[in-house]
Amino acid sequence: MLILQLAVKRLMSSIPTLLILLVGLFLLLQLAPGDTVDALIAQLGGGSAETAEELRRYYGLDGSTMARLLDYLWRLVRLDLGFSAIYDKPVATVIFERLPVTLLLMVLSLSFAFIMGMLLGIISARKVNGWLDTILSLLGMVFYATPAFWLGLMSIVIFSIRLGWLPPGGYYDILAGNTGLAHVWDVTRHMLQPTVTLALIYMAIYLRIMRASMLEVSTLDFVRTARAKGLSRNQIIRHHILRNALLPMITIMGLQAGAILGGSVVIESVFSLPGIGKLAYESVIQRDLNMLLGIVFVSALMVIVVNFVVDLIYAYLDPRITSEKV
Amino acid sequence: MLKLNRRTLMTGVATAALATVLTGAPMRAIAEEPVRGGTLSVHMPQEQRTLNPALRASTGVYVIASKIMEPLMDLDEQGALVPMLATSWEGSEDGLTYTFKLREGVKWHDGTPFTSADVQFTAMELWKKYQNYGTALHANLVSVETPDDHTAVFTYSRPMPADLLFGAIPDLGYISPRHIYEGTDILANPANVAPIGTGPFKFDQYERGQYVIAVRNEDYWRAGFPYLDRIIWRFISDKAAAAAALESGQVHMSNYSSLSLADMDRLSKDDRFEVSARGNTRQPFQNTVEFNNRRENLKDVRVRRAIIHALDTDFFIENFLYGNGNRAQGPIPKASDKFFKEGRVDYEYDVDKANALLDEAGFERGGDGTRFELTMHVPPFGEDIPLWATFVQQSLDAVGIKVRILNVDAATYLKEVYGEWNFDLSTGWHIFRADPAISTMVWYRSGSPDGTAFTNQWGWTDPKADEMIDAAASELDTEKRRAMYPDIVDRLNTELPIWMAIDRSFMSTTSEKVRNHHNNPRWPSSHWADVWVVE
Repeated sequence: MLILQLAVKRLMSSIPTLLILLVGLFLLLQLAPGDTVDALIAQLGGGSAETAEELRRYYGLDGSTMARLLDYLWRLVRLDLGFSAIYDKPVATVIFERLPVTLLLMVLSLSFAFIMGMLLGIISARKVNGWLDTILSLLGMVFYATPAFWLGLMSIVIFSIRLGWLPPGGYYDILAGNTGLAHVWDVTRHMLQPTVTLALIYMAIYLRIMRASMLEVSTLDFVRTARAKGLSRNQIIRHHILRNALLPMITIMGLQAGAILGGSVVIESVFSLPGIGKLAYESVIQRDLNMLLGIVFVSALMVIVVNFVVDLIYAYLDPRITSEKV
Repeated sequence: MLKLNRRTLMTGVATAALATVLTGAPMRAIAEEPVRGGTLSVHMPQEQRTLNPALRASTGVYVIASKIMEPLMDLDEQGALVPMLATSWEGSEDGLTYTFKLREGVKWHDGTPFTSADVQFTAMELWKKYQNYGTALHANLVSVETPDDHTAVFTYSRPMPADLLFGAIPDLGYISPRHIYEGTDILANPANVAPIGTGPFKFDQYERGQYVIAVRNEDYWRAGFPYLDRIIWRFISDKAAAAAALESGQVHMSNYSSLSLADMDRLSKDDRFEVSARGNTRQPFQNTVEFNNRRENLKDVRVRRAIIHALDTDFFIENFLYGNGNRAQGPIPKASDKFFKEGRVDYEYDVDKANALLDEAGFERGGDGTRFELTMHVPPFGEDIPLWATFVQQSLDAVGIKVRILNVDAATYLKEVYGEWNFDLSTGWHIFRADPAISTMVWYRSGSPDGTAFTNQWGWTDPKADEMIDAAASELDTEKRRAMYPDIVDRLNTELPIWMAIDRSFMSTTSEKVRNHHNNPRWPSSHWADVWVVE
C-alpha cells in the first residue's frame, strides 16, 4: 500500500516535468528547418508544388504552430499520441511494437554490465594495485573509450563474417518461422552481440565505482570491528562490505537507464534491431513530429519507472532510508 | 528442352570461349537451367512511407513495389519498350489522343479482373492528382475513355509528344486497382503500404523497421513465372552493417549505391560479388554545383564560370569516386543516348583562367588573398556529396574564394535552399528520369512555384531558354525533338545558372548466387520475374 501511494505521488510530481519536456520539444522542433513533407520530397527526389501542398494538408501541417500545439496537448490528455507520418500507423502502435526490443537490449545489457562490473570490481578491490587490478582497469577503460559502432562492427567482422557463428543483425530469423523455445534461442543468438557490445561499454563505470566504494567501505569502523571479531576476509566482504558498497552502484544504474536509451540508437543501427533508438533517429531525420514526441513521452515514463524501482531497491538495501521517509 | 540452332550454338560457344579467356574458368551461367523456388534477400537502406509507385515515383518505392504492381510497359535488354499490362500503344497524329490496348485475362492479387477501368481511375485519380512528376506530365490530361474492358484512350488538351509519354511510362505508368481505391481517401488507403497489384509477386507482410516480404503469385499472367518463391527486403540503415550482411550471406543484393564507396570498391575485388552499373543505365544521376544567382558576386556569369574552371573534376572522380563517373557535359547525362550529344560548351580545369575571370569581374584579392566568402549547403543524400563539397571548398580556396560548408539533413536542405533561398552555393544530386522534359528542364525553366524542390529556384531566368524548353516539350516529331535538346544544353551551359559536374551511375552489389539479374536498363526497379537463386 505504501509502495502504491509512493508510486502515485511520484507519478503526479513528474507530470509538470513531462509537460515541460513535451511542449519544449514541440517548440524546439518548430525551429528545425523543414518539415516531414520536405523530408518525403527529398526521399522521392522531387515533386510538384501541388503534391507538396496536398501532402501538407494530409499530414495536418497547414495550421498555425499554436493551434497544432494545443491540438497535440488536448490529444495527449485523452492519451492519444497521434498518427505517425512515416509509418502510416498510430504512434502508440509503432512504439509498442518496438519497445520490447529496446527493453530487452536495455535490461540484458544493464544486467550484464552491472553483474560483470560488480564481480570484477570486487576482484580489483581485493587485489588493489596488483597486476590483476591493473589489467582489469586498463581493459575496462579500453572498452569504455571505444566507440560503440566500432566495437559492434568489429564484433560482426569476427563473429559473423570470419567465424560465421552469429547472425550479423536483425532481431530474429525471418524465414525460420520458429516458435517456442526455438524462437527464444533464435532471439538469444541475435541479441548476444548487441547486448555484449553495449554492456562492455558501460561495464567500465560499474567496475570503477564498485572498486572505489569497496575500498571506501572497507576502511570504515564497522569493518574493523568485524575483522577484530575474527571473521574471515570473504565473510567480511559478503556480509558487511558488499551491501553497503552496492548503494552507489544502484544510483548509477538509475541514472544510466536514461543514458543507455541514447546508446542504443547506435547499437540498434549497427545491428539492424527494430528498437526505439533507431525509430527516434529515423523520426528526427524524417521530421515525424508525433512519433518523436511519442518516443520522448514513453522514454520519460520509462526513466521515471526505473528510478522508482531504484528507490525501492535502495530502501531494501538500506532500511534507514524508509525510516527517514524520503 | 533447350532449342539449338546454328546461330545460338555459335554465340554460346563464342561467349563461353570469351568467358574462359576473361575469367580463366568456364562460365557457369551459360545454358544453366533456371532453378525454381528459393528466396532472394535484398538490402533496403531506408524505410518507405508508401509502397505504391502510382502515387510515389522513386527508386526506393520501385525496388519493392515493382515486383508487386506493374506498369503499362517496361523495357527489354536493349531498352526498347515491351508490353506489360498494355499489349499495344499508339498515338494520334496531332498528339492529342493515345490508345492503349490492354492485356486480357490478367487478375489482381485478390482475384478481381484487371480492366480498362483500373487504368482510367489510376491515371485520373492517382497520377494526375498525386504522383510526383505525374501531376506535371499529365497536367493536360482531360479524360481517359474506356470504349471496352481492354481499351483505354487518353485525351490531352495540348499536344503530348509520343516519345515523352511512352518514355515515361515504365517509371510513371504503374496501375493501381480501382476497386480498392475508389471512394476512399487515396493517400490514407491501407493498400498504400500493403499493395495489391497484378505482378509476379504478392505482398505478404511489412514489419516496420525490419522487413517486407512478397511471395510468388501462382496466378501470374506470364505462365511459368516467377522462378522465386519469395523476396525479402531487409531494412539495414547502417552502411557498414549492410556490407556485413552481404558478406555473411544474410542478404544477396544491395541496389542504388546503398553501400559505402570503400565497401563497394572492396567487394568489387571479391569473386563472390558483382559490383556494377549494369542494369542501372536508365536512372543516371549527376553531382551538381548550384549557385544562388541572387548574390551580388554569383550574379555575374564570369564568377560562376570561374568557379567551374577551378574544379579539377577528373581528379575528384579518380581519387574519391574510385573512378566511377565521368565529367559531365551539362544536364543531360551521357547515359541518355536519345538526348545526349557531345557538348560544345565546356569548362576545362584551368586555375589561371579562373583567376583571370574573377579579376575581370572586379573581385580582386584582398590583403589576405581572399576575394569573397560563400556558404555551401550540403545534404546527406550520399557519401559522395560531402566529399565533393569539401573538394569544391579546397579548390576554390586556391582561387581566393573561401567556402564555409554547412552539412544539413534532407529536410533542412530543402527548406533552406529551395524554400528560403538562404544559400550561396549548394550541391546535391540531379536524378535524370528517362526524358529531360520530366525532371531535368524544371531545374532551368522559370515559373515553378516558389519553394518547389529540385526546380529552378536559383534566382535566374532566361526567356530564351524558357522558349527553347517549351518548344522541345511540345514538339511531336520524335527526331526533331531529340535534336532540340543539345541546343538547349548549350544555352544552359553558356548561361550557367547551375552546373552539372559529374555523370554518375547507381551501382548494384550482387551475390554470385543470384542468376539472370540486371538484364534491363532499370533492373532494380523492374519485375524480377525471371531471376533465380542458387544456394
